[in-house]
Amino acid sequence: MREGYAAVMPANAYNWVAVWRRNFLAWRKVALASVLGNLADPMTNLFGLGFGLGIIVGLIDGTSYIAFLAGGMVATSAMTAATFETMYAAFARMRAQRTWEAILCTQLTLGDIVLGELAWAATKAVLAGTAIAVVAATLGYAAWASILYSIPAIAITGFVFASLAMVVVSLAPSYDYFVFYQTLVVTPMVFLCGAVFPVSQMPSAFQRVAGLLPLAHSVDLIRPVMLGLPAGGIGLHIGALCMYAVLPFFLSIALFRRRLMR
Amino acid sequence: MSTVAIDLTCVRKSYGDKIVVDGLSFAVASGECFGLLGPNGAGKSTIARMVLGMVAPDTGKMTVLGEPVPARARLARARIGVVPQFDNLELDFTVRENLLVFGRYFNMSARQVEAVVPELLEFARLESKADARVAELSGGMKRRLTLARALINDPHLLVMDEPTTGLDPHARHLIWERLRLLLARGKTILLTTHFMEEAERLCDRLCVLEAGRKIAEGEPRALIDEQIGCQVIEIYGGNPHELSSLIRPYARHIEVSGETLFCYAPDPEQVLVQLRGRAGLRLLQRPANLEDVFLRLTGREMER
Repeated sequence: MREGYAAVMPANAYNWVAVWRRNFLAWRKVALASVLGNLADPMTNLFGLGFGLGIIVGLIDGTSYIAFLAGGMVATSAMTAATFETMYAAFARMRAQRTWEAILCTQLTLGDIVLGELAWAATKAVLAGTAIAVVAATLGYAAWASILYSIPAIAITGFVFASLAMVVVSLAPSYDYFVFYQTLVVTPMVFLCGAVFPVSQMPSAFQRVAGLLPLAHSVDLIRPVMLGLPAGGIGLHIGALCMYAVLPFFLSIALFRRRLMR
Repeated sequence: MSTVAIDLTCVRKSYGDKIVVDGLSFAVASGECFGLLGPNGAGKSTIARMVLGMVAPDTGKMTVLGEPVPARARLARARIGVVPQFDNLELDFTVRENLLVFGRYFNMSARQVEAVVPELLEFARLESKADARVAELSGGMKRRLTLARALINDPHLLVMDEPTTGLDPHARHLIWERLRLLLARGKTILLTTHFMEEAERLCDRLCVLEAGRKIAEGEPRALIDEQIGCQVIEIYGGNPHELSSLIRPYARHIEVSGETLFCYAPDPEQVLVQLRGRAGLRLLQRPANLEDVFLRLTGREMER
């Protein structure tokens, strides 16, 4: 049995690239529409909440509300981009399009496929998150150089949420089940994790819960960088995010093996 | 390269209470076309998936191209080409892009793929379609592209799960002709099919399966001679039971399947004389085929 699981793990360090490039080629054909689709939602939130609520809120921790919100929206858009790419697009490639089935006939393993999909979803998260950061910088809410520094944090956020969504994909019988993950996990996280208002505004029990959630660690990494503030506990945040990326990755491979290779 | 391409020993697989593959053993020699023949649900596809390492057997031993499977199936798959039962081409990609993307899964560079693409397109008779989107191709063209795609890594072994199911006769004959060309080039083929004609035309040897068990194995002609060994008269219309008692003395064996009576007769003339003048009968005299073998071995016709 253990041998069976070993055989489906990533075969080497580079096989996944072929899967990433397949997705890149497919994306290139619809890139414009895809980019607009990815950006519209976080932009609306940034400007709608930022300007609208900003008038009422005033300053948060010494910065304007929209500048505070920008970091949260970068993390949130990375999260949603990776989540949706994995839940809908990767699920379609696994099921309806039979893409994975075709790849499994080659020398790639299930682990190579999952890793390629995660890397691709993380790439889309970087595109989405960076685009928001660029808009924020253009409007003067963040320093240009900070974008460069926040990209690694955006990328790992993408990996984390792709990895978590991959577990959902490996268990979901159909598209209908994704709504539960979206409404019960993803959306609450936006509000619990300090993306739109500081975690310190919540009761202490909620603050402790937030400390366990991956998006809180992403926000705590990205926001200080964008605001040019000193960030605390970087090691803890990165460590927590790595756990959230790696453990679901292996779990999803094991679950996919049970689902696809029986 | 060992001379045995595939070796299965006492392989069993069950899903819950349902036994899908029941203690199956067979060996496929390098360079031969080996057929797995049986009705839907006989376990053919499961066996093909096992050979590729996509399904782990409960018990038994499998070696494919010298590699133990499923443990090292990946290394075997590097030298296998697969034609799956259902097309899984990239519909939004062009023919050329499909080959490029698939070549990358075998760690081929763009240059390596480009070097083999013209030959593959010619083989699949898709030269004029290189830059057409797959969604625009006909069913037969898609199947030929799937076949060309399976050859991109210059495989030693081809695993084909019902390669011509759903094709019209013209497209089917074209595929058969291509497959014979591959055999002439020394490729090994494992073919699953429920088409008797396909098995008879292509396979050097075949294994007849029913409910996951092997019920016969051998060369198609030898199986037919062994099990039947004479002409067949199909009789439609009339009362099968009355007719069978009438012709029994002249028949080696009689099978009734639905409304059809199959009479295996060493001397068909004798039988035809008995039936001459009876109204409402339609008679067909023909050489025995694998269909008869299946009927003989299982007592029923192959479900399509």
